[in-house]
Amino acid sequence: MTQYLDFEKPLAEIEGKAEELRALARANAEMDVAEEAAALDAKAAKLLDELYKDLTPWRKCQVARHPDRPHCRDYIERLFTEYTPLAGDRNFADDLAVMGGLARFKDRPVMVIGHEKGSDTKSRIAHNFGMARPEGYRKAVRLMEMASRFGLPVVTLIDTAGAYPGKGAEERGQSEAIARSTEMCLKIGVPLVSVVIGEGGSGGAVAFATANRVAMLEHSIYSVISPEGCASILWKNAEKMREAAVALRLTAQDLLKLGVIDRVIAEPRGGAHRDKRKAMDAVGDAITAMLKDLDGKDGTALIKDRRQKFLDLGTKGLAA
Amino acid sequence: MNWITNYVRPRINSIFSRREVPENLWQKCDECGTMLFHRELAENLNVCTQCGHHMNISPRARFTGLFDGGVFVEVDVPEPVADPLHFRDQKKYPDRMKAAQKGSGEKEAMLVATGEIGRTPIVAAAQDFSFMGGSMGMYVGNAIIAAAQEAVKLKRPLILFSAAGGARMQEGILSLMQMPRSTVAVQMLKEAGLPYIVVLTHPTTGGVTASYAMLGDVHIAEPNALICFAGPRVIEQTIRETLPEGFQRAEYLLDHGMLDRVVKRTDLRDELITITRMLMKLPPVVRGELPAPAVKADEPAAEKTAAPKPTESKAAAKS
Ligand SMILES: [Zn+2]
Repeated sequence: MTQYLDFEKPLAEIEGKAEELRALARANAEMDVAEEAAALDAKAAKLLDELYKDLTPWRKCQVARHPDRPHCRDYIERLFTEYTPLAGDRNFADDLAVMGGLARFKDRPVMVIGHEKGSDTKSRIAHNFGMARPEGYRKAVRLMEMASRFGLPVVTLIDTAGAYPGKGAEERGQSEAIARSTEMCLKIGVPLVSVVIGEGGSGGAVAFATANRVAMLEHSIYSVISPEGCASILWKNAEKMREAAVALRLTAQDLLKLGVIDRVIAEPRGGAHRDKRKAMDAVGDAITAMLKDLDGKDGTALIKDRRQKFLDLGTKGLAA
Repeated sequence: MNWITNYVRPRINSIFSRREVPENLWQKCDECGTMLFHRELAENLNVCTQCGHHMNISPRARFTGLFDGGVFVEVDVPEPVADPLHFRDQKKYPDRMKAAQKGSGEKEAMLVATGEIGRTPIVAAAQDFSFMGGSMGMYVGNAIIAAAQEAVKLKRPLILFSAAGGARMQEGILSLMQMPRSTVAVQMLKEAGLPYIVVLTHPTTGGVTASYAMLGDVHIAEPNALICFAGPRVIEQTIRETLPEGFQRAEYLLDHGMLDRVVKRTDLRDELITITRMLMKLPPVVRGELPAPAVKADEPAAEKTAAPKPTESKAAAKS
């Protein structure tokens, strides 16, 4: 069943009507609804195009967080073979908010790491809604370091509201864990490519997305703080999230302009959740292209490329 | 009396009496409520003489107390594009900047300088909590990179005093990008084999803690400093549970293995001299008779611990 966002309400009505008609036709063999249903479908498709043509930043946040949006696990299943999860930080625990392991991307062995939000109540709780604790970052550090030693490219998939604000996470050095993960991203002598597939939330995202190449899905977001958080601090009113979402310039299109990311991946009509396979394949194509970009660079060149990219950020390409 | 107090005190006095004395000569300790005479408080580096509470100190006042004779040279920081996002909340970002500049008398939230501590040449960077909560934007990122590059160029250790509420929201994603940028700066130091010492002061939170502030060779914190990624209020709202006494304070972090030491501000200078000299494989600092700073600028001052008279010291600090 499709889950509709608040701004998709008119669409829900049309699609609902079409569905009702078809259900009626299924019950009465002599009823012919084909023409009428097709007209409704066309109307829905047109509306969907209109709604998604120019999504406001806040609506993009909603789409980026859509529960039906393909998650890390879906991408790994669709785009990678021989996925072999590797667990644990060798210190305290295995954090299921971060999944990662060895896999083949188009036959090439790689290390894939990403945030997993879960897809139903049970798995969402198990994955802590994609909010990593220190162990998640430390697992990622371990996997990145290993990838570097064995010469395997690293692919990271970013989808997190941010680090988990919990007592234990703080006690076990959340800050240090994030800092070390970012540091490891900058240290590894193998290609590191990253795709923001949903939410790129603050430090939790940076910890994996400090990459040679970063792509974002068209309706994903990447931000220093959630619009709600920003609104409650700067507007003293969390309800001002729409304004905050605009001010923060957190859309893929804005980030491309600011030189923070390298490419925007088009989503199917109505967002990635409406045609998951198509969306995931587009991400696969982007990963292929980004890895190809880095072909022929040795470890030293890759490290240099990555560092220079971040050092240069904000020094060029910004309008005064 | 050791030579440090003997030598540095008069200089601090002269500088503070010139710049920092407000019309109101008394300041109330926000912890114990004691009224403290401003000059006495400044001499004690803004640490309450009654209860030992560490109050906010500006980078300039800190450097004046830190460097030999209060002498330091500011390092230029490349200016970033102003207001890159044309950010506007209830106020415009440029207006917030102007207010912060007026209030602090500083250009931005970080000051970088070179100088000597106990004849040990160092580069220091200090974040200014009074400037928009010390928040990390592009300027702060540039300052950290400039500090690291200067340290590498001069082959000196970098001592960084952190103090920040977190990221500069008005610079959005570009503020977030200072996490990897500052991490590159730390890597420059590590690759050059130079010590990187972080002094975490109250408060150090958010993205600042999750990048350069937690990547030091040595982590020292001032007593009772709040150091965290997610602040206590956010956590209480999330887990709906009261947090233990002293949670996320310096002593708590020391207990949990995140810091090397908790050191009073008044003891910090001696401690930093001791640590940096050992890491730089320099002889122990000479105590007792007062040696002056290097007279010849082209000679490495650190090797001249038994040099001339205090009267030949450098000109007063830039202020
Ligand atoms: Zn007091």
